[in-house]
Amino acid sequence: MEFFERFAVPHPSPAIYASMVAIGLVMIALVVGLTYFKKWGYLWREWLTTVDHKRIGIMYLISALIMLFRGGVDAIMMRAQLSAPENTLLDSQHYNEIFTTHGIVMIMFMAMPFIFALMNIVIPLQIGARDVAFPRLNALSFWLFFMGAMLFNISFVIGGSPDAGWTSYFPLAGNEFSTSVGTNYYMIALQISGIGSLMTGINMITTVLRMRAPGMTLMKMPMFTWSSFIANVIIVFAFPVLTVALAMGTMDRLFGTQFFTMENGGMDMLWANLFWVWGHPEVYILILPAFGIYSEVISTFSRRNLYGYKSMVASMVVISLMSFLVWAHHFFTMGQGALTNSIFSITTMAIAVPTGVKIFNWLLTMWKGKIEFTTPMLYAVLFIPLFTLGGVTGVMLAMSAADYQYHNTMFLVAHFHNVIIPGVVFAMLAGLTYYWPKLFGFMLNEKIGKWTAWLLSIGFLLAFMPMYITGLDGQARRMYTYSEATGFGPLNMVSFVGSGIMAIGFALIVYNIYYSTRYASRDISSDPWDARTLEWATHNPVPEYNFAVLPEVKSSEALWDAKKKGHVLFKGKYEEIHMPNNSGAPFLMSVIFFIWGFALIFSLWIPAIIATLGIFAFMTHRSFEQDHGHHISVKEIEETETKMRGAK
Amino acid sequence: MKIDHSLPLEYSTDQNKLNILGFWIFIGAEIMLFATLFASYFTLVDRTGSGPSGAEIFEITPVLIETLLLLTSSFTIGLGVHAMRLGRVKAMLTFFSVTLILGLAFLGVEIYEFVHYVHVGAGIQTSAFTSILLTTLGTHGAHVTLGLFWGLYIILQVKKRGLTPQTANKSFIFSLYWHFLDVVWIFIFSFIYLKGMM
Repeated sequence: MEFFERFAVPHPSPAIYASMVAIGLVMIALVVGLTYFKKWGYLWREWLTTVDHKRIGIMYLISALIMLFRGGVDAIMMRAQLSAPENTLLDSQHYNEIFTTHGIVMIMFMAMPFIFALMNIVIPLQIGARDVAFPRLNALSFWLFFMGAMLFNISFVIGGSPDAGWTSYFPLAGNEFSTSVGTNYYMIALQISGIGSLMTGINMITTVLRMRAPGMTLMKMPMFTWSSFIANVIIVFAFPVLTVALAMGTMDRLFGTQFFTMENGGMDMLWANLFWVWGHPEVYILILPAFGIYSEVISTFSRRNLYGYKSMVASMVVISLMSFLVWAHHFFTMGQGALTNSIFSITTMAIAVPTGVKIFNWLLTMWKGKIEFTTPMLYAVLFIPLFTLGGVTGVMLAMSAADYQYHNTMFLVAHFHNVIIPGVVFAMLAGLTYYWPKLFGFMLNEKIGKWTAWLLSIGFLLAFMPMYITGLDGQARRMYTYSEATGFGPLNMVSFVGSGIMAIGFALIVYNIYYSTRYASRDISSDPWDARTLEWATHNPVPEYNFAVLPEVKSSEALWDAKKKGHVLFKGKYEEIHMPNNSGAPFLMSVIFFIWGFALIFSLWIPAIIATLGIFAFMTHRSFEQDHGHHISVKEIEETETKMRGAK
Repeated sequence: MKIDHSLPLEYSTDQNKLNILGFWIFIGAEIMLFATLFASYFTLVDRTGSGPSGAEIFEITPVLIETLLLLTSSFTIGLGVHAMRLGRVKAMLTFFSVTLILGLAFLGVEIYEFVHYVHVGAGIQTSAFTSILLTTLGTHGAHVTLGLFWGLYIILQVKKRGLTPQTANKSFIFSLYWHFLDVVWIFIFSFIYLKGMM
């Protein structure tokens, strides 16, 4: 019996039992549905084994949207609990678990895959390539991320969720204070998806450096490609730090090492430092591609070229370097001394300068432009004032002396939501709307889209502006309740209402996808937004090989100059195209990783060893495998091209 | 597949060039991984708790043998790649095999060293210092172990398929990996052992 007790949830509640039933029903429905409609073969051939960057992008997109709702439900539950003083909706343990999973799910399993989705979809098209450098590795990256996310998400029905905060500081996250397997889930699920992210970083850098269309020098790359390239460089240098930190944390919990313990020389602050040496650059991994999306959107819908291209690139390079030099500002109050704090204060404030440069560049791009308020543009225009507000409060937090007042209060919570929601989430939604026709050949409904943008903005302001005030008044973050005498009640109720409005906004996105799938016109050109860059020079939806003839580029706005100055993009005739073969190995190997992770979490050593051998067996198979890909003949290309042109 | 004969075989196709660049970027990530381990080592080196310090447990003889073995193996794999460029498959395979045997010997001595540490009361659970020491050494050792299998697979493939753009590419990338492990060892030797014994 003792063996099975480990798998039980430590603090069960009706909500958790309901989720168990819901998960079970969804699984049964999926299996029955796939069998009934005879879709198993389709699923395996077209999706599980695919190495096509566009399909991998779509799978990232779907995962990100699902995780957005998973994290969103956490958020609503937290705001509901705090909406009134002395509320008893959740007990402290559940509240701890929910704020922990909310943070991890939103950062690692919503924002990261959303960004990878757009990178996967857009980068090869924007640089005129046929796929990424390592298509098989790309599939493995996705499946590792996906299995990491699934592993993390089963925690709340098997064994209990992590409850030491998304930062999981030791000694709280150590065995002494976190006795359930929850924190094991944190360590191992993040490790698995982190390996996937690292491999995406390597893949994308190689792609951008070596696979650009003829004529596209580095300084002629579209801005989204530039921003993603820099974000991927940060990934390659930041994620190994997380890998090591998580490995140490895992060993502390499973093998009794002494890295972060309170005795035998262990040093809990080492975790905090390592975590944030990864964690702060991670923030810029998220925001830089978002800046790239805004640059594309603002330039397209202002009908002007991007103001200050070179300063945009330079500011991102500076941001990427400085992102590694600010990590200690996350714990000014933990006793580094005045000199260290002053240095990190100054570096943190300095990083606002290159960010400010970008804000002015966007404003000057719009200046005297013929602005067209489409949904993506609406997000971009809402982003600028809202994000600037978050940036300014960031500079307030950067002052280490003043930070003693703000530290671990709702002021901080308001600040980072204020940069992440208008910064990253709005950008991803703008990108989703902007690139939707590229993926599916029809546009999302503009009217519903604009309603969504406004609801999200108003909901965001209502939800987070009150937190600045209660935070300055001393409401601590991560506290599951407060007394009536504090007077925080009314403002927290406003926050709750705001979060409800945001929830409606997010639900509208799903409705919009449903509505547009049913009713939107399929009769769109390859360039429905009158855009400027290369990804709009091919058909919608994009054929498997992206471009029938590889383009030749003369400027950073290749398509615009082709339209306005008569540059010829596609020279030459159709030739046989070499494409990579599909493979089931990435998916199966990731399934083994899932089993490996699960076995480690529950200290099931024999399954863990077998799974490890399984992973090595796949690597051995890959080493000996000979896969030369396949060719698409000129005839097939001609047929596809004629069909695509006919559909216009 | 287009093969460019003006370049060495391992660089002769587009995919080969991508693979080599990608692997250099991977080595960049590996440098960060070991840099994090070293940074943690320097942070924890004096935090020995009730356990022994480095000076009390390090022995110069096995460490020197390990260093000698690994540095020589890095030299022999260099010779192997040189032989590959001359197209001499037999010489190449000999040098690759010698490299792996030296690597195996290195691993044997390292395992002996680990047993010795546990024997003198410096197990992985003893103190923060022993935890990070054994983790850093162990990470390097695990890389060598993986390299032994990888190298063996490549030898088998070259033997079976001869020198093609693919096998040459794999062999060359493996040599990059092996040299990198050697560089890491030089840092381990200098900053963990020598500094610890001084």
